[in-house]
Parts: sequence; structure tokens; C-alpha cells
Amino acid sequence: MLRILKSFSKRIFRAIFRKRESIKIGFYGPPNAGKTSLANRICKDWTGEEIGLVSKVPHETRHVQFKEKVEIKHKGKTLVLKLIDTPGIATKIDYEEFLKYGIRRNEAKRRAKEATQGVIESIQWLEDMDAVVIVLDSSQNPYSQVNITIIGNLVARKIPVLIAANKIDLKKAEIEGVNSAFPDYEVVGISAKEGTNMDEFYEALFRLAKKV
Amino acid sequence: MKNKKIRGLSLQVIPFSEIEELSISERVKKVLGLILNNKIVIIHGRLRAEEEARLIEDTMALVDHIKNFRGIELAVIEPDLKNKGMITRFRHGLAKKLVGDSEALTVVGPSSIVKEIKRDPRKIELFLG
Repeated sequence: MLRILKSFSKRIFRAIFRKRESIKIGFYGPPNAGKTSLANRICKDWTGEEIGLVSKVPHETRHVQFKEKVEIKHKGKTLVLKLIDTPGIATKIDYEEFLKYGIRRNEAKRRAKEATQGVIESIQWLEDMDAVVIVLDSSQNPYSQVNITIIGNLVARKIPVLIAANKIDLKKAEIEGVNSAFPDYEVVGISAKEGTNMDEFYEALFRLAKKV
Repeated sequence: MKNKKIRGLSLQVIPFSEIEELSISERVKKVLGLILNNKIVIIHGRLRAEEEARLIEDTMALVDHIKNFRGIELAVIEPDLKNKGMITRFRHGLAKKLVGDSEALTVVGPSSIVKEIKRDPRKIELFLG
């Protein structure tokens, strides 16, 4: 009994006084929303290196990939993050979709198989996150059930959320649509590809980290 | 599973009371069992967020193992309470806590039949392949 009490008080003491080394930020969203592009942009800005490959073909990221100790300095404040880029979450994966991009049948089948595993991996990683940036393509309909399911799972696990409405450089982009679909969350319009509005994004990232 | 031409459409309505007592695994198994039989499932109620995630996970696991199964289309329609009064919202919130979200409708279909589901707060449109 005494041992249990001792270990309990030790854990509480550690939780209060331990300085968090880095905050785990996950990048979640549907395929081709620009999660890796955004993670690359942040990594490039602060470490000079990228986290992964990007492509027009959906499900380019099929495994969770990390970048440790990304130190972000903004307006005199410093934030140390572990960036976790996850495969896009989808409810269906058809290898024939990949054939449209000129990928051979066997390669398309392999890619589809890996993509299904990637979706499972992404979902299983959800509970390990301290906070999550949901990356959405602002030129697409935001009312997709996948987006709602991801956010619902984060809310249920009390994980703070920031929404990055990406691809604002596109003509069809509508940040207002993303705002009205998710009125309870902070939405920042960005273009990870062009680097547009990244200052505003970093400010929002600091606000997100404060909620952890 | 992959139909080139749809000759008929089979809808299966599941009342909330039928899944109320089931565990997460049992609910997901029931839904996926119907989907694999080429049925479009309409649940009178909504799955919890973690059940929706589990449904996606299990679907992906099946895509790998069942020939010609490519996945599902999923959508939930809920009553729009944004412009309703506080009492109505409180009543809905209380009912949700007591008996679960039984006022919502969940539509799940095999992606080989349902190409797309468009939703807004008041309606769901199913686009068939």
C-alpha cells in the first residue's frame, strides 16, 4: 500500500515539475490535403531539412514519419516540437485510382495495400499526440465524414486541435467554408507550397501548444 | 463486390435499439457484415467517434483481404440546432446524454455501389456508381 502511494505521489510530482522536452504535434487529414507539404515547410524553416516526399498522387505518405526537436522561435518565444506526419485517412482505397497517374498495375496494388496500412497506422497513433494540426484542402468540400470523424476522436481524447486550411493559393479555395464547417476551432488559411501566411500559422501553433 | 451495373439497391435500416447494447466490436462487425453483402446501411442513430474510427480501421483491414472490396462511404446527418432556442438545445443535449445520439442518421455503403455521399445539415445525397 505504502509503495503504491509512494509511486503515485512520485508520478504526480513528476507531472507537475517535469519540464516537457518537446510537444508531439501530429499532422492529420484526408489524403492530398498537404500534410507533408506543411510539415516540410516547418522543418525547412527551422531545421533546413524536409520530413518526406510530396506528390500529386494521393497516399504518397504511407507510413508515419517524424522530425524530432524542431525548435521554432517566434516573437521572442521558443517552442520545441516533435513533428509527426501521418498518412491521409480515407474510408476507401482503390488501386485503380493510382493507374490514372501512370502507375503500373502491380505497383498500384502495392501502393494501395500500403495505403490501407497507413490509414490504420494514423488512427492508432491518434492517442499518442499532445496536439493535432488538421490539414484540409480549402478548395474541397470540408463536410467530409473523415474530417468530422478525426475531429470527433480528438475531442473525445481531449487533444487540442488547430485547423490549417491549406492551398489558399488555389482559385477555388474557400476559407469561409472551412470556418463555417468547424466554427468551434481556430482555422488558419495557409499555402504550405507557397509559404503564404506562415507567420499567422506559427502564432496559432504557439496558442495550440499552450493548450497542451 | 464491384458491380459494373446496378440492378437493384438493398437498404437495411437498423433501429438504434438494435445496436444500443452491443460493444464497439459487435456494432462494427454488424455494419461491415451487411456492407459486405452489398447493402447500404442506415442506422437510426450515430456511432460514437471512436466507433467511426474503428469502422474505418476495420474497413481498411478488409480492403487488404477481401477481393474487390475497396472500402466504404460514410455520412452522418444530425438535426441542425444552430438556430434553435436554448431550451430545445438543452432538451436535445439531455436526450443525447440519456439515450445516445438516436436523432441522427448514419448512412454507410460499400464504395463499389455508393460513389459519393454529399451531406449538409438537413439532407444526404447518395451518388451511385
